[in-house]
Amino acid sequence: MNRRTMGKAVLGLAGAAIALSVGMGAGIGSALAQDKLKVGFVYVGPVSDHGYSYQHDQGRLAVEKELGDKVTTTFVENVPEGADAERVVEQLAASGHKLIFTTSFGFMNPTLKVAKRYPDVKFEHATGYKRAENVATYSGRFYEGRTVVGAIAGKMTKSNIIGYIGSYPIPEVVGGINAFTIALREQNPKAEVRVVWVNSWYDPGKEAEAAKALIDQGADVIVQHTDSPAPIQTAQERGLWSVGQSSDMTRFGPKSHLTAIIEDWNGYYVQRVKAVMDGSWKPIDTWGGINTGMVELAPYNPAIPADVVKMADQLKADIVSGKRHSFQGPVKDQAGKVVIPEGKTATDEQILKMDWYVEGVQGKVPK
Amino acid sequence: MNDFALIGPILAAMFAAATPLLFAALGELVVEKSGVLNLGVEGMMLVGAVCGFAVTIQTGSAVTGFLVAALAGAATASLFAVLTLFLLANQVATGLALTLFGVGLSALIGQGFVGIPLEGLPKLYIPGLTDLPVVGQALFGQDIMVYLAVAAVPLVHLFLYRTRAGLVLRAVGENHTAAHALGYKVLRIRFLAVLFGGAMAGLGGAFLSMDYTPMWAENMTSGRGWIALALVVFATWKPVRAMLGAWLFGGVTILQLHVQGLGIDVPSQLLSMLPYLATVLVLVLISRDVARIRLNAPACLGKLFHPDA
Repeated sequence: MNRRTMGKAVLGLAGAAIALSVGMGAGIGSALAQDKLKVGFVYVGPVSDHGYSYQHDQGRLAVEKELGDKVTTTFVENVPEGADAERVVEQLAASGHKLIFTTSFGFMNPTLKVAKRYPDVKFEHATGYKRAENVATYSGRFYEGRTVVGAIAGKMTKSNIIGYIGSYPIPEVVGGINAFTIALREQNPKAEVRVVWVNSWYDPGKEAEAAKALIDQGADVIVQHTDSPAPIQTAQERGLWSVGQSSDMTRFGPKSHLTAIIEDWNGYYVQRVKAVMDGSWKPIDTWGGINTGMVELAPYNPAIPADVVKMADQLKADIVSGKRHSFQGPVKDQAGKVVIPEGKTATDEQILKMDWYVEGVQGKVPK
Repeated sequence: MNDFALIGPILAAMFAAATPLLFAALGELVVEKSGVLNLGVEGMMLVGAVCGFAVTIQTGSAVTGFLVAALAGAATASLFAVLTLFLLANQVATGLALTLFGVGLSALIGQGFVGIPLEGLPKLYIPGLTDLPVVGQALFGQDIMVYLAVAAVPLVHLFLYRTRAGLVLRAVGENHTAAHALGYKVLRIRFLAVLFGGAMAGLGGAFLSMDYTPMWAENMTSGRGWIALALVVFATWKPVRAMLGAWLFGGVTILQLHVQGLGIDVPSQLLSMLPYLATVLVLVLISRDVARIRLNAPACLGKLFHPDA
């Protein structure tokens, strides 16, 4: 997941603050107790984004709450992906942090470089694919959430046109569109999905414009894979449905917000910190779905009919039990060719490399 | 839906998308006409956006919010004015610093205001007129700030070209030494122009945070301040052309989103680039016409002035 920082320009200022906060964290930590585990977190955005970085920070707070005075945590926010990230991770490692979470895709190589120099420090990199002796990776199967949302949208749409706002055409987002569309058309074979790419993770103005354009073209449910609540506001203003991203966005459109796909790292972070404490930590790859609690749905809008809620809950339960897979054959591409045959499900590799649309999505994946 | 029926909504969205650009560009146009180049538009917009939003949340009054946004923009601009006019700092460097400063300052002020929703401004509705096909929504269904931005265009034009004060301002921008010799207070006039530019940028920013997408988010202007700067040159320092440029820019932005939604096979990255490409293209075209540039560009643009020199 290639999260872009919102405050790139603030970084000059932030640089000083980073050095200060890390330095202070180190000072306080070592002064208080020797046997406390120091855990560091590196965020790509500000913790105040009420979205991606905010959710990671909630995980950090959960660690503090669960393990109390056995840990000290430090976080560094607004870290750009690239050379600066390496410096930040290095500073954390050098100042006695024994477990460091680097929470954005672009931190992958910096994390691995620093990990080589600090073999006794454990690293956890979110959404990446490169591991090492002391580097584990983790991510969420967010497409599972999109399956549930797609089914709900299929029941709620009247115009049979769904507007989908995409950030960048990377496999994660394309896979999300496909998972959504498959479930949508199971409920409503006549429904179609129109995609508009805004080429940004966070640009409220552009996201609102995209929502308006899709609504003007007849969409009555707006789904987004971008981080700002602007599309929700637009849908609310026009009296139509919307689905939030990253965190519960109900307050931006109480009448419009059907639900949201929430990233919840709390359980994972607590578990991994405990693993380091009792020595059972291994450099594994974790890709957790709804069953692990990493992917959750925000409370449903009370306006959703009871039978639709029941259907969604059943679908969720089936995904958790493994009875249902988001990409369950037969899945056809836009040309009608069967890509995933009957009785099969997509492999993880197929999902991680998805660069084609399923039947029911309009337009082509930008190359 | 018939694709032809989309023209109305596209026009309506175009005027709204152009509004923040128009506010900021008109302000900067006056600043540049006085011979000052302030590259801090983005920063001033952000400070205006966050202050307007914060005050509206606190007081519940959008009018107060917009007034404070204008004041906050002007206050930010006054920093630039003091540094460049009185302390003779380099205008380009100071302007860039002002943008960086504005990004940071607005993020700091806005810390407690992230994730809070706000009601947007009500839209005009005139029975009959607003319901007109194609143009109804675009012309008679906008909110007040959209109309104010358009109304500011003739006002700025009249001020610059039909009033004595405007003439003096332009004279200062053309030749500050001569204007000074004639007894005009070059620095005071420029100071006021820079304040006006800041106030207009603040309004443009506040339109985004209070109306267009009524919320505060760090860096929410996403480069619109830079587009406004480009629009001034694009318009060859003429207010009406700045308006046409803002509409063109807004129109291309909206159009590319519609093209994608309709599934027309054009790379979205290319489409996202289009408005910027259009700006560059026009800049290249008008730069070829040296006479026109010379006719309209303020001759003292970006040059420092010291009364004793």
